[in-house]
Amino acid sequence: MKWMLKNWLTKENLTATVLLLVLMFGVQTLYSAELISPFVMLNLIIIAINIILAVSLNLVVGFTGQFSIGHAGFMALGAYASAIMTLNFNAPFIVSLLVGAVVAGIGGILIGIPTLRLKGDYLAIATLGLAEIIRGVITNIDYLGGAYGLMGITQRTNWLWAFGSMVVTVIVIKNFVQSSHGRACISVRENEIAAEAMGINTTRYKVLAFTMGSFFAGIGGALLAHYITFIEPNAFNFLKSFDILVMVVLGGQGSITGSVVAAIVLTLISTFLQSLAELRLIIYAIILILVMLFRPQGLLGTHELSFKLFQRKRGVSHGSHSADA
Amino acid sequence: MTEFIQQLINGISVGSIYALIALGYTMVYGIIKLINFAHGDVYMLGAFAGLYATAVLKMSFVPAMLVSMVACAILGIVIERLAYRPLRNAPKIVILITAIGVSLLLEYTTMYFLGPQPRAFPEVFKQVSYPLFGGKVTVSNRELLIIVVTVILMVLLQYIVHNTKIGKAMRAVSYDMQAARLMGINVDTTISITFAIGSALAAAAGVLVGIYYNKVWPLMGIMFGLKAFVSAVLGGIGIIPGAMTGGLILGITESLVSGYGSSLYRDPVAFVILIIILLVKPSGLFGKNVREKV
Repeated sequence: MKWMLKNWLTKENLTATVLLLVLMFGVQTLYSAELISPFVMLNLIIIAINIILAVSLNLVVGFTGQFSIGHAGFMALGAYASAIMTLNFNAPFIVSLLVGAVVAGIGGILIGIPTLRLKGDYLAIATLGLAEIIRGVITNIDYLGGAYGLMGITQRTNWLWAFGSMVVTVIVIKNFVQSSHGRACISVRENEIAAEAMGINTTRYKVLAFTMGSFFAGIGGALLAHYITFIEPNAFNFLKSFDILVMVVLGGQGSITGSVVAAIVLTLISTFLQSLAELRLIIYAIILILVMLFRPQGLLGTHELSFKLFQRKRGVSHGSHSADA
Repeated sequence: MTEFIQQLINGISVGSIYALIALGYTMVYGIIKLINFAHGDVYMLGAFAGLYATAVLKMSFVPAMLVSMVACAILGIVIERLAYRPLRNAPKIVILITAIGVSLLLEYTTMYFLGPQPRAFPEVFKQVSYPLFGGKVTVSNRELLIIVVTVILMVLLQYIVHNTKIGKAMRAVSYDMQAARLMGINVDTTISITFAIGSALAAAAGVLVGIYYNKVWPLMGIMFGLKAFVSAVLGGIGIIPGAMTGGLILGITESLVSGYGSSLYRDPVAFVILIIILLVKPSGLFGKNVREKV
């Protein structure tokens, strides 16, 4: 334990922790002091939720290379499960949140085991189909409000919850990707046959990544449900999955910071274009096509933004200067 | 029993539409191994072109359908040239994402200019219903029209693919693109023509749906496109007779489910079929298993 603590106590981790805590409580304090308007707060919370969704999808699409376009289905599972816990069982928020995440995670296992045998295009279509099935089933269950959805969910998501969940998601996924399990997932992306030949149980890692992705999508869905206090099946359609996919693709498949940056940028873009819903999607589509044509690896590729990167960059440029001289 | 026959008739007419759209998916997949997500939207634009031709240009059915088919054939070629050709050697996921992008671009550009609300399709034919079995089952002339047009187009397609030079080129490119190029086949032109034919068939389907349901709207291509894709997978993607069979099976299954079960389960059932076929026989009903070589 002491050893672990010592390992953890680096300058960077301390700086990051302090920064995050300042951001978390600073924003909340400013909001309480009415220095941040409710409109800005709304966007901040949506950004946090989108980061959760984008980073969790990136684990599946970017790191493990399994092209899933059904992320909204798992969001729906999380949102509905948590909403039912709050509405019908009066559960505390943390319980609702975890139930939502676990239900989505179980959904991920159940859907992942059969479908992850498929590859590429077929997997994409199967995940899309399954997300549609989830939506269709929810629409047909009266207990879940059918096509009208669930209303009057207590608003429990605030900045602290949203930001806290986001930080936990990013840290867990970052550490997972850097662990030996994460390396196994990346090897599946790079070359599945070679990975299998090296003794990696590719199915296991694909299902593992898919389940984790679904789990966090469930958290994202639950946070959203408890923020906008109203959910309906149509909110979790193909377009929602697509929104999240654009964030992952734009930021760079296999870059967590890329997803974070893309989630922030795209949420802001969509806020500015809110009154022009169609225009927003036209711009999204054009961004997507242009990125694919000219920079298919996304803005950051598989690189990560970090303090270290900046230092190294500086170091390199110094090096080249001295070489010139 | 009469209820069953009635559902069967509905199923065959909807299934014919799926089959027409599915042919475009399957031909494009057969030749460049791409799921052309934008295909459903070409079908939607075909319906709008038909609407324009009949409502504004006051054309009758056959010229309107031909205009729409030509317009969409050109659109298909343009999409291929601008979006897919530069990416021909890119990883599959990159092309797939581009296709999704093209699909959304077509949908929302249409919506931006024409508005999201459905538009009424002019009544090209006065609806006539023919009673069968003592009036318990009815067939409308629209359903007959769909079936007849579909059969004609499919016979035509079979002729093009099997009896013409370009059809031979298409089959050769789909079999082995490199070898076809070495044999002097212009691969790019062949791919363009494949897109043109597929898009023209989708346009015909769009016009027929406009007449059948009396309305067209910008997002009509999503569900129909996905279901047509399911049909293509069901029959074995890349196989032309497979797409026809798959479309009919899906159409009939859907009609029976909405007739005997709940119409709300009509959409999920298509995807259930998709998942089952992908898990049990991913190469489709007519497909052969291909072993992966390292």
